Amino acid sequence: MGFLANLVNGVSLGSVYAIIALGYTMVYGIAKMLNFAHGDVIMVGGYLCYCTLVYLGLSPIIGLVVCVAGCTVLGVVVERLAYKPLRDAPSLDVLITAIGVSYFLQNAALLIWGSDPKSFPQMVDFGSLRLFGGQLIISSTAIVTVLANIVIMVGLTLFINKTKMGKAMRACSEDRGAAQLMGINVNSTISLTFAIGSGLAAIAGVLLCSSYPTLMPTTGAMPGIKAFTAAVVGGIGSIPGALLGGLMLGVVEIFAKAYIGTQFSDAIVFAVLIVVLLVRPTGLLGKPMTEKV
Amino acid sequence: MSARFHLPSFKGEPTKMVDMPSDAIIPERDLGKVPVLECRHLGIDFGGLSAVDDFNVAIGRTEIAGLIGPNGAGKTTVFNLLTNVYQPTRGTILLDGKDTAGMSPDQVNRAGIARTFQNIRLFDTLTVEENVMIGLHNEVREGMWSSMLRLPTHFSAERRFHERALELLDFFGMADFADMPAGSLPYGAQRRLEIVRALATNPKLLLLDEPAAGMNPAETAELTENIHRIREEFEIAVLLIEHDMSLVMEICEGIAVLNYGRIIAKGTPEEIQSNPEVIEAYLGKQEGDE
Amino acid sequence: MAGKKQSRELRSDLITYGIVIAAFVLVQLGVSAGFIGSALQGQLIPICAYVVMAVSLNLVVGLSGELSLGHAGFMSVGAFTGVVAATALQPLVGSDALTLVLAMLVGAVFAAIAGVIVGVPVMRLRGDYLAIVTLAFGEIIKNLLNNLYVGIDAAGLHLSFTGEAALGMDGGETIIKGPQGAVGIPRLSTFLIGFLLVLFALFVVLNLKRSRSGRAIMAVRDNRIAAESVGINTTKYRLMAFVVAAALAGMAGALYAMNFSSIAPRKFDFNTSILILVFVVLGGMGNIRGSVIAATLLTILPEALRSISDYRMLLYAIVLILVMLVTNNPTLRALWLRVKGRLSRRPPTARAASTVQEGGDDDER
Repeated sequence: MGFLANLVNGVSLGSVYAIIALGYTMVYGIAKMLNFAHGDVIMVGGYLCYCTLVYLGLSPIIGLVVCVAGCTVLGVVVERLAYKPLRDAPSLDVLITAIGVSYFLQNAALLIWGSDPKSFPQMVDFGSLRLFGGQLIISSTAIVTVLANIVIMVGLTLFINKTKMGKAMRACSEDRGAAQLMGINVNSTISLTFAIGSGLAAIAGVLLCSSYPTLMPTTGAMPGIKAFTAAVVGGIGSIPGALLGGLMLGVVEIFAKAYIGTQFSDAIVFAVLIVVLLVRPTGLLGKPMTEKV
Repeated sequence: MSARFHLPSFKGEPTKMVDMPSDAIIPERDLGKVPVLECRHLGIDFGGLSAVDDFNVAIGRTEIAGLIGPNGAGKTTVFNLLTNVYQPTRGTILLDGKDTAGMSPDQVNRAGIARTFQNIRLFDTLTVEENVMIGLHNEVREGMWSSMLRLPTHFSAERRFHERALELLDFFGMADFADMPAGSLPYGAQRRLEIVRALATNPKLLLLDEPAAGMNPAETAELTENIHRIREEFEIAVLLIEHDMSLVMEICEGIAVLNYGRIIAKGTPEEIQSNPEVIEAYLGKQEGDE
Repeated sequence: MAGKKQSRELRSDLITYGIVIAAFVLVQLGVSAGFIGSALQGQLIPICAYVVMAVSLNLVVGLSGELSLGHAGFMSVGAFTGVVAATALQPLVGSDALTLVLAMLVGAVFAAIAGVIVGVPVMRLRGDYLAIVTLAFGEIIKNLLNNLYVGIDAAGLHLSFTGEAALGMDGGETIIKGPQGAVGIPRLSTFLIGFLLVLFALFVVLNLKRSRSGRAIMAVRDNRIAAESVGINTTKYRLMAFVVAAALAGMAGALYAMNFSSIAPRKFDFNTSILILVFVVLGGMGNIRGSVIAATLLTILPEALRSISDYRMLLYAIVLILVMLVTNNPTLRALWLRVKGRLSRRPPTARAASTVQEGGDDDER
């Protein structure tokens, strides 16, 4: 049963990675930039939710609403102030800026909330699911995480494929210049992308902190990098790719921890990234890129 | 200058080669020598659609050839195939009789093809002289250790770089620009610098992608003269893509017309100008058929 | 025979060396006259190490145009192999200075090997992917070092990834103890050797920049497709910049580690890589002298301004963002190119300055 329990944990962690990876993949697909600060939005989301619940004593639903709203605003503001002026800058400069934003968020959080870890409160508890006569216990958090992942994936796929705004996003990701000529407001489409990505990051933050309830200014950094890895592994710009990459990485990480040793789990996760990139530079489900000469 | 071989074209050919079409045209003075470039049934597909198909061309060792056709006909794609920026789906490219399949773009350059780009690609932050020096990269050799540790070979190599770069710039009247950043040059000078840089690699074949684009008549006249001088002084072949028909008709000896990725006509400027298929491709089908 | 530009470059390089030498002399005088407090004296060797780190990272970021986020990883490889080498060699060599130099060379060799191992696969990637993979490699190196145990006894060196007990040592001493890092380090580093290392790093990087190889590296940065079209093996030159930078980082690591009696692998984490990136960006990408100055000032300043030390990292983040926003402002950029053009030579024609080509291609850098 140890194997099944690990698999459940892996899928649960992978679901969180997949939700974060969506933000990376959408922003990369449409704004053509690696939003390095995305992981830190998760952390901000965690703190916002924590404050609502612990300092204000409000219900988890309100906590979730506050943190999603807060992160959405944060994502849009960051895009407007830091990334928009660099639309045509070399990608090296954009990436350095994003690293700056990431560092800014981490250190601002450090000044506001301090460096000592906060213990994140339980968000949902309706008892756990016991299978095989109590040999396999699935926590309510894990169930909610996986369900949230499914709902978000289905919802986002429908949004991208069925709505007008979704179409505008796809057009921008194909060819920004052409989309502009067809009357699509590229700036607001990019803003919308950041808004959705950051809102999802907030949800991921809450889910992550529910499973691993220590909250620090650096909480978002490692999951952020791993989720980006997941997005790359799955194929950047692809929503099913984010799901596949996220689940794969979550399972690999938990199995590596269980069977090889906790101390090497990060190294193994990153080794997966490197191997995938070398074998398929555009990820498992990514489209091959052609360079214009 | 590279040695000239007088081999009949059927000797020493790679096995995968297919037969050369018989409709190749080559200037009389280059007959009996291996053509500098031969394309045999060259083609490439993008996502199932063929962008270039059955491209057969032979270019003489000192020929000035033209590749023309309406926008989107696949002319630049041909250049990208010749320089191995794209890998062909079918067919063979023979450079000086040698198959270039499997070479990287930099190897193709070392094998003897240099090019310019439709959308100018200079090393913008470096100076004009440095741009030419980079073109001379494989002409003057110096190892990493020699330069890092400032061995005597470093200084002699740098002197040769400097002298040869200025010589080339002077040939095109650009020596005065030597110390300016390439990105700050006027447009026409940037196009000229690209040609100088390409020539610095000592090619056998020079590919020019719309060299006259955006030029005024005076600059175009100067370009025409320069292309002639390149052929005379460097004794190399030039293949150019150009929309300026008077330029093409004036300097090209052989012309190939591309439409929808296929060659629709080949011949001398006179033959091309009177070819009804070419006129149709450019002007669309004429109702009255004058 | 050399042209005007060459002599101008030579002058600029000499100024850079001059600044470093003058700073060294001033500090030495200051120390003997008692002007320099012990806090600053303790910073001298780390400053040298950071300057070398910044100069070498500038070779990758500024000249080669690739963002490496794992530079501290190479520093740690140099640090730990250097410490092991120094511990093993000290009884054999005798002279402290010679031991340190040998240890730095060992560090450089191992860091260069790590650079090749990382670089060969990484050079198949470009841009953002390369950045993230160097980051991943930096984390992997840290992860491995966190579990590395090395000991020395009469039989030679022992190595294990599981624990101290697994070393199977017969007496002797343990040099590296997993997460604790290297302990009982011989403190061999001196300011003089640090200063010489800075000069060496400058010599290597500046000479490389002004050479055939350096021009090839910058050509790949400015326009990879054009560089290929003139016969430059782009992978070779990107790898060259990456490996030379890794080797220099390894030397800096050895110097840095042997300034302390013990050092843990977490000292060389992602934050250190970012700190060095801040030096490079603030000093100016591609500007070697700028890296020297920025690394020095940003290491001294936090010590001098203790009152704002809480805000230091926040400030660094803001600096990083502002530098990028300002340098990419189209108005300011056009102005800068024009001024640069004017300074280098009066344009032969009046229109020369009027058409500034904007790069604008998405596929570059």
